[in-house]
Amino acid sequence: MTRYVAKRILMSALTLLAIIFVLFVLIRIVPGDPFPVERMSAEMILQKREELGLNKPILEQFVNYMSMLLSGSFGNGTSLYNGAPIKPIMTACLINSFKIGVLSILCGTAVGLAIGIVAALNRGKFLDGLCTVVSILGVCIPSYVFMIFLQYFFAYKIPFFPYFFDPSNFLTSAVMPAMSLSLFAVSTIARFTRNEMIEVLNSDYVKLAEAKGLYGFELIRRHVLRNALIPIVTVIAPLVVDLLTGAMVIEKIYGINGVGKLMVDAIAGQGVDYNYVLALGIVFSALYIGVMLALDILYGIIDPRIRLAAKEGGA
Amino acid sequence: MTNYTPQGDDFEFIADRDISVDENFAAQGYWKGVAIHFFRNKFAVTGLILVGVIMTFAVLAPIVSTYGYQEIVSIVDAGGKEITAKSLSPQIGGGGADNLFADRTFLFGTDDMGRDLWTRTWQGARVSLIIAFVAIFIDMLIGTSYGLISGYFGGMVDNAMQRFIEIAGSIPTLVIISILAIFMEKGIGLVIASLLITEWIGMSKIARAECLKLKEREYVLASRTLGAGSFHIIFKQILPNTIGPIITQVMFSIPVAIFTEAFLSFVGVGIVLPQCSIGSLIEAGFNNVTILPYQILPPICVLAILMLGFNLIGDGFREALAPKLEDM
Repeated sequence: MTRYVAKRILMSALTLLAIIFVLFVLIRIVPGDPFPVERMSAEMILQKREELGLNKPILEQFVNYMSMLLSGSFGNGTSLYNGAPIKPIMTACLINSFKIGVLSILCGTAVGLAIGIVAALNRGKFLDGLCTVVSILGVCIPSYVFMIFLQYFFAYKIPFFPYFFDPSNFLTSAVMPAMSLSLFAVSTIARFTRNEMIEVLNSDYVKLAEAKGLYGFELIRRHVLRNALIPIVTVIAPLVVDLLTGAMVIEKIYGINGVGKLMVDAIAGQGVDYNYVLALGIVFSALYIGVMLALDILYGIIDPRIRLAAKEGGA
Repeated sequence: MTNYTPQGDDFEFIADRDISVDENFAAQGYWKGVAIHFFRNKFAVTGLILVGVIMTFAVLAPIVSTYGYQEIVSIVDAGGKEITAKSLSPQIGGGGADNLFADRTFLFGTDDMGRDLWTRTWQGARVSLIIAFVAIFIDMLIGTSYGLISGYFGGMVDNAMQRFIEIAGSIPTLVIISILAIFMEKGIGLVIASLLITEWIGMSKIARAECLKLKEREYVLASRTLGAGSFHIIFKQILPNTIGPIITQVMFSIPVAIFTEAFLSFVGVGIVLPQCSIGSLIEAGFNNVTILPYQILPPICVLAILMLGFNLIGDGFREALAPKLEDM
């Protein structure tokens, strides 16, 4: 197990390094200048380039950037807007996004599991149909459209929740974004759980357990859920990615100061802020790879077959 | 001996007496079986109808419509002056002379610039569908070839190609889009490019998995024994047998593409005004949602119907390609 984990961690670190390198090089070879040509003279730009070390060979710049990264800094903001360090701004945004993201993943998983289990136990009945409707809705309504609906009806028509995000009142203002972000997770997990549960419920070992006299909650918990949950772990990884994308729009709609909004501002504003795009790109990639790694290890823990396969296959 | 000519009496009509009907189905073509399963599935047919209706409108409505999708329409107001038809709620023409809109119909109303939303909605649907089809078609070509080559050759080639995919696949879509936004101008090109870079990976994984299964088959061996080259085996022998799962994947990728376009345009790096797409219409509607809520409804409905339709078709395909015993 330790070898498996170590191998996975090493692979992830290498992947992340490769991604950072690619991002860095791409941003540096981008055509055009990061400085506003119309507002700065040629000498000023030259001086600024010198100051920021943009004249050095790209590899040297990369090494400098990496050492800066490892010491926990993301460099300064571009001279386009201000020279303020990126890290404090990004940390504040990350905390906001993280809270809402975790909330929606937890709620989404819990609600999705509940719906899926109820549907599987009532297969073919009314509740099962209701579950199907919910999961279809979740797939075909994008989270931000749902957010617009919620905002219109429950913040504007009936002012029950704040119309915009209010950090001083986190709980009430996090309800709507978390609900809309978790919609997709709820539907995906519900559908997946239902199908897995039905498969397990029809399996021979559950029939054997029933024949031995096990029934009700104990049977579901010990034999059905444990086996049905294993594949569900795999759907969570894509959901996290989806969350990142969804958060980008929802933060824009709801006025949340989060990483998604920061990214939108960095790419869709008047000028593209190179350093922010790079820093956010690294953070997003690291987050994604981290989640994948965590889930892979978790998967290895709950399903020993994966470990064995990894050992035998040598992959 | 004279030849005997059979007479009418020699024959007897036995109707359906004594005919034993073979209860076992004769072998039917693969695609015929798939089609039968597909059309028996209520959900899949519903999806097909939904998508069909939207596509018909998207193709026909902008052609038939009285207004151009960029045209700013003006109306004659009660005082006889000509004004721009800004921000109108839905209006149906006809009626008496006192109806301001006797000769003007705005089924979905107009936007805050005075453009007819009916025309714009269907033009937007058209743009979104074109983007989705073009991007996913190219993705299919790239992904399938990549996956088949990787799976067929195996060994070092496969290893290298899979490592590449692993790295490419672990860059979040969002990051790719933001990098592209630096390189490219906002617009259709950016949307298609970001779809091209991200969506082929799923396609190639499926193609590779299928290829790994198929390349051990006897017919491939036979083909190789007869002296066929790798290219011939991959694209003439293996490819036709992987079409099923790939079409399913395509059906699931199209809604993703439509969603990505809507998302990008909403964020502000997709389609730019006065061009329109589902996403840019939703964005425009969202800006006025509290005052003019009817503006956002048509594009959202079209988006939801398209997503639902393609997902239902995809599900139907998947079930039709691998029917479970109980459905037979």
